[in-house]
Amino acid sequence: MSTTADIPPQFEIVDRPLDTQMTISMGPQHPSTHGVLRLELVLDGEMVVKATPDIGYLHTGMEKLFEYRKYQQGIVITDRMDYLNPLGNNLAYVMAVEKLLQLEIPERAQVIRVLTCELQRIASHLVWLGTHALDIGAMTVFFYCFREREKILNLIEAASGGRLTPSYFRIGGLMMDIPAGFERRVQQFIDDFPKAVDEFHKLITGNRIFQKRTQGVGYISAQDAIDWGLSGPSLRGSGVALDIRRANPYCGYENYDFEIPTEPDCDVWARYLVRMRELNESHKIVKQALSRLRPGPVKADAPKIVLPDREAMKTHMDALIHHFLIVAEGFDVPAGEVYMPIEASKGELGVYVQSTGGPKPARVHFRGPSFVNLSALPHMSRGAMVADIVAIIGSLDIVLGEIDR
Amino acid sequence: MDQVNPQAGTPEDQFTSNPAGATPSLIAAALQREHPEWVTQVRDALGETTIIVPREHIVATCTFLKSTPALEFNFLSDLCGFDRGPEAEPRFEVNYHLFSTTKFHRVRLKVLLNEDDVRVSSVTGIWRTANWHERETYDLFGVVFDGHPDLRRILLPDDWQGHALRKDFPLRGYEPYSLE
Repeated sequence: MSTTADIPPQFEIVDRPLDTQMTISMGPQHPSTHGVLRLELVLDGEMVVKATPDIGYLHTGMEKLFEYRKYQQGIVITDRMDYLNPLGNNLAYVMAVEKLLQLEIPERAQVIRVLTCELQRIASHLVWLGTHALDIGAMTVFFYCFREREKILNLIEAASGGRLTPSYFRIGGLMMDIPAGFERRVQQFIDDFPKAVDEFHKLITGNRIFQKRTQGVGYISAQDAIDWGLSGPSLRGSGVALDIRRANPYCGYENYDFEIPTEPDCDVWARYLVRMRELNESHKIVKQALSRLRPGPVKADAPKIVLPDREAMKTHMDALIHHFLIVAEGFDVPAGEVYMPIEASKGELGVYVQSTGGPKPARVHFRGPSFVNLSALPHMSRGAMVADIVAIIGSLDIVLGEIDR
Repeated sequence: MDQVNPQAGTPEDQFTSNPAGATPSLIAAALQREHPEWVTQVRDALGETTIIVPREHIVATCTFLKSTPALEFNFLSDLCGFDRGPEAEPRFEVNYHLFSTTKFHRVRLKVLLNEDDVRVSSVTGIWRTANWHERETYDLFGVVFDGHPDLRRILLPDDWQGHALRKDFPLRGYEPYSLE
């Protein structure tokens, strides 16, 4: 049809006898694209012939910035990637550096990491549920989800001082121990949460409109899902029981009793059910972690890497020297490279760190689950309606901060 | 929804795990035995195995690792570049992190590229997920993936000059970027 040279290649227009196709741009300021995602849609009537994601609107060069910051300064950058699951990002990054340093993390720190990460996973899933339902047209769920999420953010704030950007984990342990009364507040949350999940189910799971909008939409078979690199709930919605917490356990996850929910239907509905069941599984893990909290240190015994406690810093000369050196010069990490995968709320979050010695990393790369999951969108949306695209994006649970980095 | 069934058996029954992440040394040994020309070097460090592969054999190696039933590396976790600095030779690395969704082991393949010829064959024909990873590596490092179906910039604007993650690219860029 059009052969003018100034049309960029992504606007490729397919010749058709009746010329019924048109190309429209969805986003980047579309509320259901969860941030600043732009989709290049080739439509035939209301049917999607081709959907091409266009990303990069939030690109801030975080991976470049890592190379100019000391290892401990990188933690605050990770918060800003997947801002709905910042503790997961913190965890992946600090564990990668700890693996390079071959640090042993005390038991209590491990348990608190699991506890807070699972709370964060619930919070992340709640934002997904609220916005996913909102996109499809069920507005009420959003308020219920954010009410519950607020409780979790308050808990995370109590522990770390931050709500969206906690930076709670440090290389070698935690920033500090959980505050007094934290366990009681978590217990309160554990007691209340099953009732909230029941409410969500009552609000939306049995809703006929919601079911019709999600069942059979966004189909991706198990084999295709693996080929496209889907991970996390998006992969388990295609019936593949893969969870990094089980496959390559970390933080002592092998000692927790939980199930890996899978659904065989491979559609938006299946991914919805998987995430809803994961709320229960994370709740179970939080409960177990809380019962395993024993008094003990929360920082590794590595004075040259872990900042000393304030009290020790003020009273011991050697602690003061270590404190000064860590803050002023950082610590050297031996040369080497690691790839540390964890199960974040959206899938496999892998951190690749390469060190050539010295206090700054030579390369930090984040394999964001949202980035990879979104790349399968063109495959899943062929032949769908425009309104289904909204449901499919919601079911992938993407966060643009992590995609663009 | 589904509640825990106490009779469901221990987690180990339904799902075996692979804590160390691999039997990767055996994989490397097998590869070295079968196709010695595919393996330049094998490194075992920090519980991870790195196999350095000559760039002309990367597609064959990946196909072999994916299709051999005992290995079954059907999942490309990650693909990323690395710049060793303008003085280093070979200057660029491309790292492939492979994973098996059935055996749960991992291995890293590494291809080294000289600065004067930064090209390597695309693995999009083996794992479709490589598409965006390779676009990202092309965008930020300037590594050209031969045979890639749609190799254009992904994170930075199409008219961006240079490759931002190269070590000689300044942190703040050369000049303020404007969208006009």
